[in-house]
Amino acid sequence: MNHWIIAPVILPALLAPVIGFVMRHDLPLARTASVAGTVALLVIAIGLFVTAGGDPQVYYLGDWPAPFGIVLVLDRLSALMVLVTTVLALLVLVHAVATGWDARGWHFHALFQFQLMGICGAFLTGDIFNLFVFFEILLIASYGLMVHSGGRDRMRAGLQYVVINLAGSTLFLFALGVLYSVTGTLNIADLALRLQEVPADEAALVRVAAMLLMIVFALKAALFPVQFWLPGAYANAPAPVAALFAIMTKVGAYAILRIHTLVFGPGIVATDGMAGTWLLPAAIVTIAIGAVGVLGARNLLALIAFSVLGSMGTLMVAISAFSPVATTAALYYLVHSTFAAAALFLLADLVIARREAGHLGARPATLQNGLFAALFFAAAIGMAGMPPLSGFIGKLMVLDALRAPGTMAWAWSAVLFGSLMTIVGFARAGSALFWKSTAVPLDEPETAETDEAPEAPSGTDRPAGAMELAPVMATVALLVMLTTFAGPLVGYLDGTTAQIFDRSGYVTAVLGTEGET
Amino acid sequence: MNGQEAAVVVNDPSLIIIALLPFIGALLPGMMIRAGRNACAIFTALPTVLSLIMLLLLAPSVMAGQIITVELSWLPQLGLSVAFFLDGLGLLFAAMILGVGLLITLYARFYLSGDDPMGQFYTYLLLFQGAMLGIVLSDNILLLLIFWELTSLSSFLLIGYWKHLPEGRQGARMALAVTAAGGLAMIGGMLILGEIAGSYKLTDILAAGEAIRASDWYMPALILILLGAFTKSAQFPFHFWLPHAMAAPTPVSAYLHSATMVKAGVFLMARMWPVLAGTEAWFYIVTTTGLVTMVLGALIALFKDDLKALLAFSTVSHLGLLTMLLGFGTPMAAVVAVFHIINHLTFKAALFMTAGIIDHEAHTRDIKRLGGLRTLMPVTFVLGTIAALSMAGIPLLNGFLSKEMMLEEASHTDWAGSPWALPVLATLGALLSVAYSFRFIVHVFFGRVREDYPHKPHDPPFGLWIAPALLVGLVVLIGILPHVAEPLVRVAAGAVTGGTLPEFHLKIWHGITPALYMSVIAVLAGAALLAAHRPLDRAWIAAPRPEAKAIFDGLVGGAVGLSRWVTQRTHDGAMSRYLAIFVGSTTLLGYLAWRGGGMPPQTREMLPVPPLVLVGWVLLLVAAGSMALMHRNRFRSLVVMGVIGLTISVGFVYLSAPDLALTQISVETVTIMLLLLALHYMPKASPVESSAGRRIRDGVIAIAGGAGVGALALMFLLRDTPTISDYHLANSYEGGGGTNVVNVILVDFRGYDTYGEIIVLGIAGLIIYAVMEALLNGPAARKLRNTDYSLDRSRDRHPLMMVIATRVMMPIAILVGVYIFLRGHNQPGGGFVAGLVVSIALLMQYMASGFAWTQSRQKIEYHAMIGWGVVIAGLTGAGAWLGGKPFLTSGYDYFHFPPIEEFELATAMLFDLGVFLAVLGAVMLMLYSLSRIARYAGETVNREPMDYDPSADRTTRTTKEQE
Repeated sequence: MNHWIIAPVILPALLAPVIGFVMRHDLPLARTASVAGTVALLVIAIGLFVTAGGDPQVYYLGDWPAPFGIVLVLDRLSALMVLVTTVLALLVLVHAVATGWDARGWHFHALFQFQLMGICGAFLTGDIFNLFVFFEILLIASYGLMVHSGGRDRMRAGLQYVVINLAGSTLFLFALGVLYSVTGTLNIADLALRLQEVPADEAALVRVAAMLLMIVFALKAALFPVQFWLPGAYANAPAPVAALFAIMTKVGAYAILRIHTLVFGPGIVATDGMAGTWLLPAAIVTIAIGAVGVLGARNLLALIAFSVLGSMGTLMVAISAFSPVATTAALYYLVHSTFAAAALFLLADLVIARREAGHLGARPATLQNGLFAALFFAAAIGMAGMPPLSGFIGKLMVLDALRAPGTMAWAWSAVLFGSLMTIVGFARAGSALFWKSTAVPLDEPETAETDEAPEAPSGTDRPAGAMELAPVMATVALLVMLTTFAGPLVGYLDGTTAQIFDRSGYVTAVLGTEGET
Repeated sequence: MNGQEAAVVVNDPSLIIIALLPFIGALLPGMMIRAGRNACAIFTALPTVLSLIMLLLLAPSVMAGQIITVELSWLPQLGLSVAFFLDGLGLLFAAMILGVGLLITLYARFYLSGDDPMGQFYTYLLLFQGAMLGIVLSDNILLLLIFWELTSLSSFLLIGYWKHLPEGRQGARMALAVTAAGGLAMIGGMLILGEIAGSYKLTDILAAGEAIRASDWYMPALILILLGAFTKSAQFPFHFWLPHAMAAPTPVSAYLHSATMVKAGVFLMARMWPVLAGTEAWFYIVTTTGLVTMVLGALIALFKDDLKALLAFSTVSHLGLLTMLLGFGTPMAAVVAVFHIINHLTFKAALFMTAGIIDHEAHTRDIKRLGGLRTLMPVTFVLGTIAALSMAGIPLLNGFLSKEMMLEEASHTDWAGSPWALPVLATLGALLSVAYSFRFIVHVFFGRVREDYPHKPHDPPFGLWIAPALLVGLVVLIGILPHVAEPLVRVAAGAVTGGTLPEFHLKIWHGITPALYMSVIAVLAGAALLAAHRPLDRAWIAAPRPEAKAIFDGLVGGAVGLSRWVTQRTHDGAMSRYLAIFVGSTTLLGYLAWRGGGMPPQTREMLPVPPLVLVGWVLLLVAAGSMALMHRNRFRSLVVMGVIGLTISVGFVYLSAPDLALTQISVETVTIMLLLLALHYMPKASPVESSAGRRIRDGVIAIAGGAGVGALALMFLLRDTPTISDYHLANSYEGGGGTNVVNVILVDFRGYDTYGEIIVLGIAGLIIYAVMEALLNGPAARKLRNTDYSLDRSRDRHPLMMVIATRVMMPIAILVGVYIFLRGHNQPGGGFVAGLVVSIALLMQYMASGFAWTQSRQKIEYHAMIGWGVVIAGLTGAGAWLGGKPFLTSGYDYFHFPPIEEFELATAMLFDLGVFLAVLGAVMLMLYSLSRIARYAGETVNREPMDYDPSADRTTRTTKEQE
């Protein structure tokens, strides 16, 4: 058995208490340990990604046979998600250390490691109750990160975030209760097996469970009508944390992709087509909300938050087709949108720290205005889905995959109109931030400063150093690489998609050759 | 039949280099500006020159009818490849883009002032040039889309180059919005086209014209693609962005609006001509749009006083002319279009540069402030006049030739059954064109020399006028010797039509034809119109006319305002609404899902309800109802919560779940105690914030949600399913070494879940600590300090009875904790409950004697306790690795040491110890945080165990007691 499968969970889980409880009085030490741990995690994730090419690998916790104990499953999808998480985590962590965000409150690094543990655990688990547990871990850790360093607006947004998500957790428990009462099992592979046998005329409870689970995951993925928490949370979180949260919405998308293809997916008579039927309109409305929010935003972080919402809509439109082609497109778009959002948040942090204001009103140009403008241009191009970055390719793939007669007109209109509004929104914001500012004299805005709570402590009136810029630039460089190497990547994703839709392969790998319980 | 298939196809990788050189070269100017402006310009020209040379090397074979292609794989799964091909049309456009690009580079070197960042300008210029080149060379329509959007983006940068000017920013945004919108529509069109043709390769699509025109999807594809072309080529009603793009520096205008950007739309229509043209729909949409644009553009141009605006609208008009010609759908019209593309490029680029020179020298482009420049700027006068005459269509200049041919085509094309519509309107367009061209000459160069120029003008340096001079040279050359251009026109037009071309020769004299009459009418009437310009102008200014920019700004502003309104209304942070929507939609969707399937047969009967259960049920109902009714009184609602929790615990006991009952009771106790402490620092009552209507709405939603959950529970409680618990029951002792299945599930079967949950608890402790620190460093601390809590406080905060009682209970309680911990594996209990029991015992001490007093008597840090708990649990799990087993594999054995009976030791107990420590640590850390707040709130630190000490002189007794 490959013990490395559990390493992405255990490594941060052991490191976090040490950082939080042993090193808590020495920031340099905590930073060193946290960065070293994240680098190690990245190395492990690369190793897992490389070894995950073949059949799903299963890790039987406690050496109990499936489906009675808990299993971890490493397949191409989970390996990909863990890799994306760790790459993002390292970028965000370097940014947080370089900008000093980690020093503005207690326990940043411990919470950060716990957060990684939660995310990796959610991607790796093969047990639906265990998925709930890891949802809890990543929720509580993300709440801690979100309110990191405090402030009135942040605390208020944090409260909303945690309350709405706790409501979601409660619903998760209800759904699991219903599911367990019908199937008597919690192992995902076993669920997939048992659901195949449920006839349509006995499917009512199964359908309720599938629907409730979908709402739970949609809440995480910030899909209409449970998307309300996202803009406030992302716009008020510390920007590097918001950048890390780019992967958090993807946990919801991942869960839908996993559960609603494997367990309630195509070919299951009990729930046939239900997920797609409801996801598509929800995703389309989400795109619209995101686009409208981008266009109407008065604040840079809110603008980015709404663009994340729009990108989640686009992603879910692709997932809602539940077809292999669309799933490959969705996976590509998932990777892309994670890094595009992160790039924007990281950059916004650098800009806002120097502008001392997040709103898009007139302020004098900051130091390094040209550099920030160029980076913003690139990141915004990525997010809005303009060429030459990966957003455009992702968008093309999504559109190309959605050709079913009933879907096409709606999905295409939503994606294309959404793109237009996002482009206009970003153009207005960029023009106000980086162009108009050059016409504002330096001494004018002193009056405006008093009613604006300072977003960041002073001392930011200096140029961003290499370490502060490196994460943003690396993230943009990743978008370039996603574009350049789109061919090989999509090749890998095709294999991933094939594995996602190979239900019997997964079941056999987890439950043994005959797949009987 | 198709020309492409017949042609010889040659593979030549140098095409990729040609296409990519401008992008690679774009890196140079930004760096070379450090070496000076000349170096910067030279290194900008370098990639262009290289590209142009390589292109010209390929030109002979293209002229001979070959097609040069190259293809690199990029994203084969999507059908996207780096595929370029060079045929006649591509060659013509590529040469124009690179050639004019070179002239612009030269011109801009002298045009830009020292304050303008030249490196940036040239970088943008090369990016734009690369994007344009990519469009005309792409052999893959997805790749073409990429370059298409790139021109929108790079032109956005160029137009907004003078970023401090609001006109520049607004013009840039407007251009981006309009052209990007068209580009997005085109994405749709191209994807449809690719689907019909089964390939995204342009050459394949060109070969599939028949199938595409016959497809049901032809109309959507046509409209979407034309939207892209029309927006880019500024066709009515999308023409308005072009004049506003004139806020850019003049070299940009000269480049974008003569040779490149706006021609991209025309190029696309020409490229797609073999596929899309020839249908009714194509003819009416394209021809009509082109015609309207031509006339309207020319009319507006006549009344524009800004030189660049005049030229801009004249460009709009000429683009309309080209569009109309392509719309005719006849091969001859395509030939004329190709020829006019060349001619328009030469005279319009020269005119823009002339306008730029005048602006540069006189510091104004307002025609009404100019005049009489003929003597002051003789060189500029000659260049401007020749170019403008060509634009007017005066013989012996190239503009005359193509305009004549256009009129000829129009004269024998019917529009909706009318033979007159097209010729008349085309003549009108030509007439207006003559008028504004003459106005450009007469009102700028002729007339008296004025005294009030903003700046005394004189001819510019050589570097500034050489570029337009070269272009004017071409104007005259083609005008006099048209057959020079004929081979290029032939090969390009051949590429447009996809093969056969009608017999034609480019020549000056076509004989007495209808077109000649039309030309003559146009020139004479145009001159007459100019003579009457002054009154007409007054009428024009007085007449109400829609202002495109105002409409556009209103549209965008309206959209932004509406968006803002919608967003602020819906995402305003109203948590109760979010939750209402969440619960309401969940209930509804759950019901809809339930309706979609049948229920399995019921396998259990309803049990009779004993009176005891009924009492409990009523108690729960009443308590829940009271909670809703009196939640505003916070202490009272806490009491009610306790009632609910205890009733549920009793329910667990009744249903034979002692473990759950034990856990529930201890969790309940700890929670209530901590909440009580926390509530002390908060207002005692919640204000009324919601209207009665909203409360009713929320009540209905809550009842519906609750009823749904209840119905669901009832449904599955009436049905049995075999579950994995049967295995747990069977294997608990054999495999897990414990007879208490619940505990074995918690620490063994599903120990991983428990591991996760203690981490959740640990994180919660950390967060409470971190948030408390953040609060106490912020304004909240001031508020705490300034609030007077003294009235709330008891006179006897640490009563004697309580101190004594808790002291006595403490050892017993801890013993109970140890007992519960040890027996957990076989009897109800375990680390979680034990942790809670011990923490209750400790909590009581803190409550009795105050935090500081108690804190000074315990030595273990709570942070460390959580840490140890998590680490011990983790290491216990990882210990299994040493035995080669997976994480959390447990081992156990039975030991016998003589005085004691045989007992069992299991690794699971060690894991449980981790759980115990984490629970204890988390609870105590929460208490610690609360007491910090208390001290901020002004609570005094007591050094004595109780407020009234009966043995005031013998304080040491208390320490003894504690032991």
